[in-house]
Amino acid sequence: MLKTLKLNRGMLLFPLLVLVLVALVAISATMGFLQVEVGDVFTIIAAKLFNLPLSGIDPVATTVVTDVRLPRIAAAVLVGGMLGVSGAVFQAILLNPLADSYTLGISTGAAFGAALVIVLQIFGLALPPAVSVPVFAFAGGIGTLLLVLYLASGDRRLSSTSLILAGVIVAAILSAAIGFLKFLADEQVGIIIFWLMGSLSGASWHNILLLTPFALLGTVLAFFYGRDLNIMATGDRTATSLGVNTVRLRMVLLAGCTLMTALSVSVAGIIGFVGLIVPHMLRHLAGPDNRRLIPLSFFSGGILLLVADTLTRAVLPAEVPIGVLTALLGGPFFCILFKRRQREGSSGF
Amino acid sequence: MDFKADTTPLWDLERVSFGYGASPVLKAIELKLLPGRCYGILGPNGSGKTTLLDLLSGVVAPQEGRISFQGRSLQRWPKRALAQTLGLVPQDFMVSFGFTVREAVEMGLHPHLHRFASPSREDQLLIDQALAETGISGLAQRPVTNLSGGEKQRVAVARALAQNPQVLLLDEATSNLDILHSLELLRLIRQRFEQGSIQVVAVMHDLNLASFFCDELIFIKEGRIVCQGPTREVLTSEVIARVYQVESQIRYNEFTNSQQVSFRLPGESL
Repeated sequence: MLKTLKLNRGMLLFPLLVLVLVALVAISATMGFLQVEVGDVFTIIAAKLFNLPLSGIDPVATTVVTDVRLPRIAAAVLVGGMLGVSGAVFQAILLNPLADSYTLGISTGAAFGAALVIVLQIFGLALPPAVSVPVFAFAGGIGTLLLVLYLASGDRRLSSTSLILAGVIVAAILSAAIGFLKFLADEQVGIIIFWLMGSLSGASWHNILLLTPFALLGTVLAFFYGRDLNIMATGDRTATSLGVNTVRLRMVLLAGCTLMTALSVSVAGIIGFVGLIVPHMLRHLAGPDNRRLIPLSFFSGGILLLVADTLTRAVLPAEVPIGVLTALLGGPFFCILFKRRQREGSSGF
Repeated sequence: MDFKADTTPLWDLERVSFGYGASPVLKAIELKLLPGRCYGILGPNGSGKTTLLDLLSGVVAPQEGRISFQGRSLQRWPKRALAQTLGLVPQDFMVSFGFTVREAVEMGLHPHLHRFASPSREDQLLIDQALAETGISGLAQRPVTNLSGGEKQRVAVARALAQNPQVLLLDEATSNLDILHSLELLRLIRQRFEQGSIQVVAVMHDLNLASFFCDELIFIKEGRIVCQGPTREVLTSEVIARVYQVESQIRYNEFTNSQQVSFRLPGESL
């Protein structure tokens, strides 16, 4: 009874989320300093997609929608989606509902890598930023992941507490290192602060071109291993005896999710807790099956970040950095989860 | 080459050693397990029983020596083919996240299903049967995280039955069960064994249950095999004294149709 209910809800959630996402994209594109009609938004998108002539629409509105709002909206959806999927995968692999790119310190590691590129440039090292920022962010993210796993591996089960503690310790050290980079950056410190707080205001079509293939690839890869990820929930010994190559699965998916996180960070800075909240809520709605959870996480993460970004861009009187907004909302949520998990031991979730 | 094809051992271990870090757990194990016998592995806590089972199931690879399974080096078995042939019921079965009992049992089908295939009608019947035989049909829709230790253990056995392997490894599969459920579970596995549909190697804790359930016993202590042989021959006071350091009295018991052991600490009497 419960199962069919959950299954149906899971099945219903897909078209529902896609519809909500499309509606939100359109609504968000109308909002801002310059009000544009919803109909006009669709006309502009259709015209740009099929190269049709535009008549009767304010050319300023066209420029605002296509060159300013749409790339930012697309970036919000892609970044939110990648963070949601990464969170779901980190949680499934580490058997830990508190894991996500942010609580594991990976976002901070990627931000350190990105900030390093900026400082190196200030000191005259000529690196092409379009390539070097994502590459350094990925190196920072992978380095952090390896360090956190090494620190937490003392107890062989990678328990919540040791894993999150290791993530927080490494993130604290990296934050101090970023502080030092800020000090070195001196007058150009503003660009680095952007990475610390997270913002989508700089998103361009160029970013979308970079994000789209990796967001698709990462999500499809995670979905491809959905059943293996389910079986990981039974622990290493049982998973191995069921034919799951646990070592390869971990390596491939942890690397893939770190890459998605690093790309998110290199475009939008540190945006915490999306990857924590989204899969957690979805598990309650649609059950823990990763074959449903992963695609649902992509859409829900995209929706959540788009709503948050539209709020800060067009609704709030001043633009609050989106990383601050998600941390303010997600932090207390994390506290509740952490407390509840302590009380229930390892059961629940 | 072995010319007597019928007696190709299930497992053949040659000078197998394994350890974690600097401390060896198993030392130069020589062991042949033949088909058609139900084996029990016995020994005190920390003697290396679970590690031996990990080596037999291919979860860990030996640091020295060779293990072959059905005449083929265990390392050379493709993971999927091995999982279709060999099932494991671990001691510490756990499932993170709230999968239902049925979903957890369905995981046993993993090595038999293509990546995006759903279980067929027969597969569903196999799951129903596994749930019924282990007495957990009524729990099918409960989240595994809300089960008692004994219920979890029965889920683990049901999962292994759904996996439908030729060979089943049990790691203290009855340690969390009360006596009724222990006997029911052992009878279920023994029946499948006697029908010839499954070979069994079981790590056991309870000597009396082992004597009742197993044809051959393997005693290990401190990472070495102390003795191996038919239950009637090796279950003796001398062996038990050597392995467990307790005094014992062993008598044939008509009621259970097996030898049963009584223990006391050395030198103590009433």
